[in-house]
Amino acid sequence: MSQIKIVNLQKSFGDFTAVKNSNLTINDKEFFVLLGPSGCGKTTTLRMIAGLELPTSGEIYLGDEEVGMLRASERDIAFVFQLFALYPHMNVRNNLSFPLKMQGYKRSDIKSRVEEAAKLLRIDHILNSNISSLSGGDRQRVALGRALVRRPKAFLMDEPLGTLDAEFRELMCLELKKLHLDIGATTVYVTHDQLEAMSLADRIAVMDGGEILQADEPNIIYNKPKTKFVASFIGSPGMNFFEVNEGISKDQSFVNIEGAKFDIPKQLEESKGSKNFFGIRPENLTLNNNEGLKGSVFGVEYLGSRKIITVKTSLGEIKVKTDISINVKLNENVQVKPLNNNIIIFDGKTDKSLNSEFIK
Amino acid sequence: MDTSRSYLEPSSFSKKMAAAIIIVYAVITLIPISWMVMTSFKNVDSAISYPPEVLFEPSLEGYVNLFTNRSRQSQEYLDSLPPPKNWYEELVRSREMVITGPSKFLGRYSNSMIIGFGSTFASVFLGALAAYAFSRFRVPLKDDLLFFILSTRMFPPIAVAVPIFIMYRKLGLGDTHLGMIILYTVVNLSLAVWLLKGFMDEIPKEYEEAAMIDGYSRLQAFFKVVLPQAMTGIAATAIFCMIFSWNEYAFAVLLTQFNAQTAPPFIPTIIGEGGLDWPAIGAGTTLFLLPVMIFTIILRKHLLRGITFGAVRK
Repeated sequence: MSQIKIVNLQKSFGDFTAVKNSNLTINDKEFFVLLGPSGCGKTTTLRMIAGLELPTSGEIYLGDEEVGMLRASERDIAFVFQLFALYPHMNVRNNLSFPLKMQGYKRSDIKSRVEEAAKLLRIDHILNSNISSLSGGDRQRVALGRALVRRPKAFLMDEPLGTLDAEFRELMCLELKKLHLDIGATTVYVTHDQLEAMSLADRIAVMDGGEILQADEPNIIYNKPKTKFVASFIGSPGMNFFEVNEGISKDQSFVNIEGAKFDIPKQLEESKGSKNFFGIRPENLTLNNNEGLKGSVFGVEYLGSRKIITVKTSLGEIKVKTDISINVKLNENVQVKPLNNNIIIFDGKTDKSLNSEFIK
Repeated sequence: MDTSRSYLEPSSFSKKMAAAIIIVYAVITLIPISWMVMTSFKNVDSAISYPPEVLFEPSLEGYVNLFTNRSRQSQEYLDSLPPPKNWYEELVRSREMVITGPSKFLGRYSNSMIIGFGSTFASVFLGALAAYAFSRFRVPLKDDLLFFILSTRMFPPIAVAVPIFIMYRKLGLGDTHLGMIILYTVVNLSLAVWLLKGFMDEIPKEYEEAAMIDGYSRLQAFFKVVLPQAMTGIAATAIFCMIFSWNEYAFAVLLTQFNAQTAPPFIPTIIGEGGLDWPAIGAGTTLFLLPVMIFTIILRKHLLRGITFGAVRK
């Protein structure tokens, strides 16, 4: 098991730059998730670590070794594909022993290793089955098993749960997490699903447009997003933003939005321009009848224990996450106000969050 | 109106019509073949009798004549010989002839086998490698190259017969097995590359990527993971290549005479007494039909899947 380090990594396809000058350190035994919308460069980054794509520039370290230009077969990593890529002409046992055969293990060693991995993944009863007869979940387990048997330096997974149905995905999520705790292997996991990322990751890197915007623990990513994109991408629904048409100065503790005054945490940094954004998460807003921004109820979504209420105001649509006990009707007039001071100001010029008492 | 059946399913009337059309078509195509097989079991007289005989007493004379050389002898000489050792000698004696030795047919037939299977293997093997490269790599001028490969099939092969004849004479490839294998491989290769590229495109590249991650080189991954999955396409391609090289006549007439002559130019030249020996020709063609027929039947399942492969994504 090893640390993975990416230094100034860049990948271009013709004129298009898929990954821009990225730096990242993935610690030993860490479960690291690359999260972002499709086309953000997360899969390309993963494929470069795997050796399936060669970087245009930059270095990749696996442990102490620089592997950026090595072939995939020389890197000692395992890769779990989104579509599993199990060899359809081999049965489960042969699929699992395929990577070991290449490394010249003895027959008996291969057998015991395959059986050990199969037992761990609870697929020992289907070792002699054909791939085509397996369910999605079993295929997933076989794909993991094939990665596992070799005891590689790192596991790379490209949306491995993407093709499973929702119920099964949750189950596999738990199993993956448990598996990771059991074997403690460095894992890099690519997904566009933030819930998956939040529940699996030790640390998450959020990517967009080929850039790594923030790499942190899930709770920090959620509560203290470094950019406006991270704030809107993470959370369901994402953060609410209001335009603030004034510059923010140091020590400022309120802003004017459309003539109304809002408290904000004491700012430790001034803005670069005169157009900024006031960001607040839906669960930090509340509805009432006498205070705050006026609007009308535009939509109500039930999420079981919580409700998401969309309120149409002069500032646009605002999402409010409330308790299930709040009862409002469509088109009812309500007022929205912040519940607490968990507010982040984003610089309109750089899209970055400004340091404040709340977010340092 | 009958509403008990699905609109997507053909009615029983149209099913019957389809069956009738297929049967008529099959009968039409089978007439020459069955005539050929019947001729092979006739004797020399009934083969050329007019009006043609449909019902006749079967005889193996054609097959005996196909495999032997014979000479006519006087009755006195035949009487002086020891009695015939086996049935075919008896048959030949009854026509007042003696067997002087085996004919060239077996040699020509095995030439056909060597050249047919040899060139089929070479075309499919080289075609698969080329198709894989065209399918996976960024080959400069890929589309132009593919068109160029295809364009070799756009003129009748016989158009290049004279240059090839001269080239082969200079290179010493005329009338050799190797020469014919190379020639048929070259002709078949364009078909093989195009057909197989279609099949390779259908195989997700994740398979060989997985194999490469598992420690295999690209070539090893190609043989262990890609080829087994392209089996369908390979079988279909092999059948098409085999049919071409097995039946090819024009180049075989032109370029082969003794060592490497294949069966197609040989069979029509089987001459009996006073003209062509039709039963022997019938026997030769019947036997000639068998290998390709067996080969196709063995690979039939693949062929059917192969032709429709990729029409619907699985």
